[in-house]
Amino acid sequence: MTKPVSKAKPAPAPVAGHNAVPLKLRVPEPKARPGQPADFSHMTFPAAGATRRPDVSSKSDDMRDLAYGLVRVLDESGTAVGPWAPKIDPEVMKRGLRVMMMCRVYDDRMYRAQRQGKTSFYMKGTGEEAVTAAAALALDDSDMLFPAYRQPGLLFVRNWPMLDMMNQIYSNAGDRLKGRQLPVMYSAKDAGFFSISGNLATQFAQAVGWAMASAISGDTRICATWIGDGSTAEGDFHHALTFASVYKAPVILNITNNQWAISSFQGIAGGGEAPFAARGIGYGLPSLRIDGNDFLAVYAATQWAAERARTNQGATLIEHFTYRMEGHSTSDDPSRYRAADERQKWPLGDPIERLKQHLIKLGHWSEKEHVQQQEDLEKEVKDTQRQAEAIGTLQSGEKPHPSTMFEDVYKEPDQRLRKQRQQFGF
Amino acid sequence: MSSMNMIQAINSAHAVMMEKDPKVVVFGEDVGYFGGVFRATEGLQAKFGINRCFDAPISEGGIVAAAIGMGAYGLRPLIEIQFADYIYPAFDQLTSEAARLRYRSGGEFTAPLTVRTPYGGGIFGGQTHSQSPEALFTHVVGLKVVVPSTPYDAKGLLISSVEDDDPVIFLEPKRLYTGPFEGHSTDGVKTWAGHPAGEVPDGHYNVPLGKANIVREGNAMTVLCYGTMVHVALAATRETGIDAEVVDLRSLVPLDAETIIASVNKTGRCLVVHEATYTSGFGAELAAIVQQECFYNLEAPIDRVCGWDTPYPHVFEWQYFPGPDRVGAAMKKMMEA
Ligand SMILES: Cc1ncc(C[n+]2csc(CCOP(=O)(O)OP(=O)(O)O)c2C)c(N)n1
Ligand SMILES: [Mg+2]
Repeated sequence: MTKPVSKAKPAPAPVAGHNAVPLKLRVPEPKARPGQPADFSHMTFPAAGATRRPDVSSKSDDMRDLAYGLVRVLDESGTAVGPWAPKIDPEVMKRGLRVMMMCRVYDDRMYRAQRQGKTSFYMKGTGEEAVTAAAALALDDSDMLFPAYRQPGLLFVRNWPMLDMMNQIYSNAGDRLKGRQLPVMYSAKDAGFFSISGNLATQFAQAVGWAMASAISGDTRICATWIGDGSTAEGDFHHALTFASVYKAPVILNITNNQWAISSFQGIAGGGEAPFAARGIGYGLPSLRIDGNDFLAVYAATQWAAERARTNQGATLIEHFTYRMEGHSTSDDPSRYRAADERQKWPLGDPIERLKQHLIKLGHWSEKEHVQQQEDLEKEVKDTQRQAEAIGTLQSGEKPHPSTMFEDVYKEPDQRLRKQRQQFGF
Repeated sequence: MSSMNMIQAINSAHAVMMEKDPKVVVFGEDVGYFGGVFRATEGLQAKFGINRCFDAPISEGGIVAAAIGMGAYGLRPLIEIQFADYIYPAFDQLTSEAARLRYRSGGEFTAPLTVRTPYGGGIFGGQTHSQSPEALFTHVVGLKVVVPSTPYDAKGLLISSVEDDDPVIFLEPKRLYTGPFEGHSTDGVKTWAGHPAGEVPDGHYNVPLGKANIVREGNAMTVLCYGTMVHVALAATRETGIDAEVVDLRSLVPLDAETIIASVNKTGRCLVVHEATYTSGFGAELAAIVQQECFYNLEAPIDRVCGWDTPYPHVFEWQYFPGPDRVGAAMKKMMEA
């Protein structure tokens, strides 16, 4: 005998009059597409110096405005103004300028090397140099970094050898990562620089774990991490904020909002109704939105957040408002999805030009020195490139030994890996 | 009929299905205005409107979850995960949710989504743009797993996947997007132009799921393969001169066991080839079926040629890739057994 199957009632029909208006889906769209003039008129910023600087012990609730504003220090004339203007040694600024210029020269040379077929891939960080250089200089060299992939400046600040980085780009015999990783996915443990992942956002939550470990261990070192605007949509972004907030982890959570995630403008990642920084508020994290093209604003905000972290007051979320001046990578063509004159019209300028102007204004720098430094850096990068290429490029020269392919899967290769290595001929 | 590469064929499958069925919606990272990083959805937003083809946040878990919700409403989402290597944030939604929704709701709710994603190596993409994760999904009951090897099959299989009422993982061999590839790293770039399977009907047609394709008939041995490896197996067959029967599985779940068994019973030898890592790869499943069903007709042990059990190393792309030399050597060894 079969049992009767219970029959449910049919779903109710929509109630007439309740939802008389047909629902509509909103898909955010950027202001301009190719063929149209770039339009940044919707972006309004407080003047440099206008934003208050709360005490580092402030609660998230008492500084909500900071997540919606924009901390700016350098004004149009290149003067540092307002409460956020940091006390900073001109030598540190000069160092920052040099690192930013080095990033740009390095990016250009490596990009060109890819175009010449010497490697498979490259990603530039043009326009975002201050986000990296100023933060690294404001931290201690012993602090830990969980970076994203457009940040060679972190390694330059920590005097990591450029030759080592180029060897990674070329996957040559000098590459400490044994040719395993896509170019720019560096790892430099001795520089406190975590292995970069190709899988977006993963580092953000891991950084919180490192910071928790530092706290568990009674250490004094703090941690900083970076994520792209687009990548904030990943679950790992939210995991990071949850853990950082629950455990008051000594970590600085940086969002590099360069307006684009490949072809998607920032509205696709966040809806565009609130700044990315404002996401921290819901987690009770003090959150700042700052001018990411302003070296001094980045420096000051990082110092502020570092002080909080070092004094057991927990994590800070910082949104660096900046602009990706170039394509996403060597595989990308931005003219297919964004207005051609965006770069020219970007309202927050070029971080290198702005710091240069400031230093000149202070009398610590000159056009002549600038030109000279540019030449020196070009020479330095070119010479290093020659050394790297003398070892090898992806297509020629000396490579890591092929049998190394079977190493580091585990601490010791297991029986099947030993067998496969033998089959392979070693 | 038009001459199409695999991208164009996939794009055409989208257009045909979006035209035919207003319930088909397309979304994923960069798929809207831009048309996808591999251009598979080019022109669809302009043609069908932003409600039918749009960009998604970089949130693979969110993309699949939203597709499941849309499926519950009654839509038929056709979504893109930019690289198979980035599908893992969606793993929970795929394996715990999409795969079991029909079962746990007694058939009340279903997840009629198709998840397209480029897989495999050969483009110097390093370990995060080269993986072949098919076995992770064939192991999950409730999911179907499809892998085309030509433009013709890609379009027909994709249409069948979209029309299928169960969730389908549609793995696209990215190295075959613009042309067939036999696996010699030194080969120049070929295009699909002039290839018989590069001639693709413009309209609707099906290549059914669960029907393998014998791409070369032979008597000496059977080579089981799919995706990029179909072309590698054909090259190895030609280069070794061994009269192999090359079977393109086309879909792993459902699997055309009948064709496999008939072929191996005829030839008496079986080699399985896939690009994914060896251990617990889909080849292990195939070898188990063949030994169970064809044991008394086997004249040599079943063998597997696969990716090594390591991540995909950037610089050793071609040492990792199971190319025609490795496949050919295994074929010869099998004939000597
Ligand atoms: C989990 C994951 N999904 C997708 C990708 C592909 N992908 C690489 S970079 C990128 C855009 C990232 O944009 P954003 O986070 O804004 O960083 P930006 O490139 O602008 O620095 C995408 C979608 C990936 N690498 N990992
Ligand atoms: Mg971005």
